[in-house]
Amino acid sequence: MSGLAVELRGIVKRYPRVVANDGVDLSVESGTIHALIGENGAGKSTLMKILYGMVRPDEGTLSINGKPADFSGPRDAIIAGIGMVHQHFMLVKPLSVAENVVLGSEPGASAVGTWDQDGAKAEVARLSKEYGVKVESSAVVETLSVGEEQRVEILKVLYRGAKILILDEPTAVLTPHECDELFKTLKGLRAAGSTILFISHKLKEVMSLCDAATVMRRGKTVGTKKISETSQNELAQMMIGDLEIKEKAAVPYRGEASEVLRLENVSVRGPRDELALKGVSLSLKAGEVLGVAGVEGNGQRELAEVVCGLSAAAEGRVTRGGRVGYVPEDRHHAGLMLAAAAWENMLLGRHWEPVFSTPFRLQRGAIAGYGRKIIADYDLRPPELEQEAGAFSGGNQQKIIVGREVSKDPKILVAAHPTRGVDWGASALIHQKILETKAAGAGVLLISADLDEVLSLSDRIIVLFSGRVMGEVARADAKIEKLGCWMAGVSGT
Amino acid sequence: MMKALAREGRWIAISLGITFAVLVLSILALRQNPLTVFGLLAERLLLKPYGLGQMLYKATTLIFTGLGCALAFRCGLFNIGAEGQLYAGAFLMAVVAPHLPLPMILLIPACLAIAALGGGLWGLVPGWLKAKRGAHEVITTMMMNFIALALTNYLISAHFHEPETIHTAELPVAAYLPQLPMESSAVNASLFVAIALAFAVHYFLWSTPLGFELRAVGSNPTAAKTSGVPVDMRIFLILVLSGCLSGLAGINFILGYKHYFEQGFASGAGFMGIAVALVAKNYPIGVIFSALLFAFLSQAGLTVQSVIPRELFEILQGLVILVVVICQNKYGGAE
Repeated sequence: MSGLAVELRGIVKRYPRVVANDGVDLSVESGTIHALIGENGAGKSTLMKILYGMVRPDEGTLSINGKPADFSGPRDAIIAGIGMVHQHFMLVKPLSVAENVVLGSEPGASAVGTWDQDGAKAEVARLSKEYGVKVESSAVVETLSVGEEQRVEILKVLYRGAKILILDEPTAVLTPHECDELFKTLKGLRAAGSTILFISHKLKEVMSLCDAATVMRRGKTVGTKKISETSQNELAQMMIGDLEIKEKAAVPYRGEASEVLRLENVSVRGPRDELALKGVSLSLKAGEVLGVAGVEGNGQRELAEVVCGLSAAAEGRVTRGGRVGYVPEDRHHAGLMLAAAAWENMLLGRHWEPVFSTPFRLQRGAIAGYGRKIIADYDLRPPELEQEAGAFSGGNQQKIIVGREVSKDPKILVAAHPTRGVDWGASALIHQKILETKAAGAGVLLISADLDEVLSLSDRIIVLFSGRVMGEVARADAKIEKLGCWMAGVSGT
Repeated sequence: MMKALAREGRWIAISLGITFAVLVLSILALRQNPLTVFGLLAERLLLKPYGLGQMLYKATTLIFTGLGCALAFRCGLFNIGAEGQLYAGAFLMAVVAPHLPLPMILLIPACLAIAALGGGLWGLVPGWLKAKRGAHEVITTMMMNFIALALTNYLISAHFHEPETIHTAELPVAAYLPQLPMESSAVNASLFVAIALAFAVHYFLWSTPLGFELRAVGSNPTAAKTSGVPVDMRIFLILVLSGCLSGLAGINFILGYKHYFEQGFASGAGFMGIAVALVAKNYPIGVIFSALLFAFLSQAGLTVQSVIPRELFEILQGLVILVVVICQNKYGGAE
């Protein structure tokens, strides 16, 4: 360990409505993997944007490798040896790995636009070998898996000379196997002398991968711990503060387990008219949570939409036993009206119900009462019905949606990635509400890429791969390894 | 909503301040005394019943078209076809009303209904194209403007004009809306219809479930659809309703002033409706004040053209829109 690669002191960043960073200190030792953890809205992203030169702090100092730094843009940060691996990949799909890596700083570029393609390939192959980031430099990006694409992103950063890598929730899109591969890669990078800042809120990963962790909460640093000297529980406690973690004890359903949803050989066309869901059959009982695991983009969205009646089945039959509540995977796109008030978002889809309106008048009193109940039941913060949805944090936005859909008393609740990008406290609450919905006799279809979530809530689990059900298993018999295989398209037993 | 209003209000105030500053500087640059000019404006426009009446008359038409535009914009559709919808409504009313043997108490509501119907029909075409074919409303409403203007011109000159004139037959007296007693100015009871309509549209959008639904379509059509709103049907409805409102604009001239349809009588009031709605931030009540502002600027140019070129006030009308658009409020925030 040789000194501090990154040192941030007293960082303050104010936005019109919030102080995103309020006197943050962060010290990262050179050659380590350092986790930055915290709930959504804790200020992690803002801090990393400051470190990468995308945002200027209002107060505070940065030093990189012991030298004071003042970045006026990402270009300065790159020159200082900092690289950012974004959560959403920015790759040109029809180009090769080498072309993607060098894009924007091609070797031997001439005025007429020619450049040294062989040199680029060789250089990328060299980097790939030196840092142990395995990917074929001449492969076309669109043929790669998600894990490989991520490695291309890492190579892009290394090619630009980064010694300090920022990875923003890199495991969100990976299968368990790909996560393992990523961790190997990152450990290899550490061995080659790189410093890595690993942003996450998955504590298991942090415990198994990192050397140290800094915890942020509400714009402040709570503390930094060596992983060897801390525990998952301690970190969790630091993250959520004095809030109590409730045990997710599944409440058993005691009613009659009638079928609420049945799919028979259902196929659905995807955005490019291909069959995204291929002959799926399933049955959902009252008082049961059916977990749908799988890497995103394997037909989950189409499954959710066909169950909710938002898209038509190309083949097969969907039979619903009652009203459907739907927590869509993309809350900004499909769940919320960001510029509208919280109460309007809570009302959306229920505005014709006699409780809330007559044909010519909205019942403002009843609506406000309903809104206040959601605020109380879900601990919505800030507790303001008039605030625009877009001004709430991600977790609180999700509470608005879940509150709206659960309070419909649905017979079927489709929850797609209900806690993605949602902080710990809100996640726990949302899980609680899903279990309450189940206990009240609804069937829940829980679609999630987060295996922990699926395992902790479901009674039965199916895995979707390439539009098909790879397998089904009761939770009691579920093995991570087997689910992982199914998620990767390997059937086996 | 009140909070949002207060926030928008601040920006509007800033915009108006900037416009006023430019006005003062321009007057100085023209080597005139701003106080003299403002004195003239007060004396001849604001304090004189005729001047004030003319201003209110102009504002009346703008309230109708402004409401038509504001309703569509508020619901996420950039309907720029108010001009064509205005002519379609006015023309239909002007050619049908003379043949209706009804007493006043029925004839006037019938006229209003026909005008709204005509405008609504003109909004129906882009609405249908948008809902069924996804055709962009900016293109289709714009094209419908050309069609409305050319078609009414043709129909009047070929079939409906009175001999020796370029206008249609006069309406029966029973269809006249009373003039307001402001010297010989054109202001008439249409003003009250317009103001009442602004409150009605406000009530509709913010206090009825259907209005809520239409605003939801404007806020995020995908979220609305996900929540079970039949978005295509609603888009159709929005453009029809928007057309109805603009279609009513013709009553100011036809029922309240000249009592016939004349080519080009609205002189761009449909297009001004877009500006009125923008400055009003698509709030129906705001449209009343925004229409008054534009009517004031338009009338002010005429009132003081002996000392200040009228074009200055036309420039100011453009400037108000620019400044308001530039001062769009955006909420900032972390992450």
